Amino acid sequence: MDVLKVETPLKNEMVEKMKIGSQVLLSGIIYTARDAAHKRLVDLITKGEPLPFEPEGSVIYYVGPSPAKPGQAIGAAGPTTSYRMDSYTPLLLENGVKGMIGKGMRSDEVIASMKKYCAVYFGATGGAAALISKSIVEADIIAFEDLGTEAVRRLRVKDMPLIIINDCYGSDLYIEGQKRWSSK
Amino acid sequence: MRSINVKEISNVVKELFIKACMEINEDLKEAFIKYRDREESEVGKAVFEQLLRNAEIAENESIPICQDTGFSVIFMEVGQDVTFTGGNMNSAIEEGVRAAYIEGYLRKSIVKNPLTAPENTKDNTPPIVHTEIVPGDRVKITVLPKGGGSENMSRIKMMKPADGVEGVKSFVIETVISAGANPCPPVIIGVGMGGTFDYVAFLAKKALLRKINERNADKKLAQYEVQWLDEINKLGIGPAGLGGRITALDLFIEVFPRHIASYPAAVNIQCHAARSKSYTL
Repeated sequence: MDVLKVETPLKNEMVEKMKIGSQVLLSGIIYTARDAAHKRLVDLITKGEPLPFEPEGSVIYYVGPSPAKPGQAIGAAGPTTSYRMDSYTPLLLENGVKGMIGKGMRSDEVIASMKKYCAVYFGATGGAAALISKSIVEADIIAFEDLGTEAVRRLRVKDMPLIIINDCYGSDLYIEGQKRWSSK
Repeated sequence: MRSINVKEISNVVKELFIKACMEINEDLKEAFIKYRDREESEVGKAVFEQLLRNAEIAENESIPICQDTGFSVIFMEVGQDVTFTGGNMNSAIEEGVRAAYIEGYLRKSIVKNPLTAPENTKDNTPPIVHTEIVPGDRVKITVLPKGGGSENMSRIKMMKPADGVEGVKSFVIETVISAGANPCPPVIIGVGMGGTFDYVAFLAKKALLRKINERNADKKLAQYEVQWLDEINKLGIGPAGLGGRITALDLFIEVFPRHIASYPAAVNIQCHAARSKSYTL
């Protein structure tokens, strides 16, 4: 199986090379945001105010980590289910976000936006949160600290193990995978 | 009468939640190994490998298996010959949850007001406690930190008696199909049948406490459990939803008598991070 080494920030020509089913080892800076933070990010865009990070080429990880123990960069940090972010996603992609990391299916609208703005959706293995935390080297809260686990964090990741679920061509690994293995 | 100080209850609740979040039970580990070997999809096998490595790291380094350390669900079987001393029992249980989530570095996932802004309770209280009075002088405490992702994919349906068992089977399978990759497959499925609107959901949740491969004592129900699981494992959703043979690790049915007009059914989906621990005082 082919494994792509990918560095953030993402650029169109990188995203265009990514196809569903490819395994990825992602390195660089990514940002965390889940339900409550997404609402605030979209509110900021709507009001014309700047986001707490440069959106162009950025990758958002849908995660609410468990607290770090002394000496750890972060606690357990696996993905949360992505569909809850669907209603906010197209506006973020329009504003330059190029990658998302989560688990679970995306809406047709999100997949269409990914085609339009050349973005990619990576799956991380849900529930493998201790394992995934090993690829997170640094974590700092950069916005919405009052949200606790839902605050926006800047993470530095090294070889974070991912798989491409939706590419910029509208393909969907969940649909293809199920089609191949269904015995009905 | 046997007397138990509520402080003991606090301590047990605390220890159980911390342990449940860091260490998977032996039956689940065995299921991961068995199904890894049975899974035919390469990517599915790789997911099982990740889950086994994850469990090892979690246990060795005391990191939660999953960052979502859940809603704190507690099942208590209280012997009727027990009296509690030393304070308020409900507060003692809450204290145990609070200590577990703060001292154990577990995630606090509960917001105070379900309707408004996310003001967190900051200690994962309140827990949901199901208490049953039983004969004897023992107290059995079981904790089930229940993640939100799989809980969100669970369903309840007030079916018609005419729908029958076949209707419930279709409902269960439809629920698993529409959940797809979302609840972190391979899942464990708790099915409740009978009782009332509220009780059938409780049955489905209680079903999740069984060990993998532990069949219902009723032969017919045990047969349904095996058959429905087999059907679900033909869907192709597979580990992490990436396509494969193993969509569910097991399916458990719990039943209760029903009203002649009703045929309640509930499906409680449990992700593969199925965490529960028990202790008897």
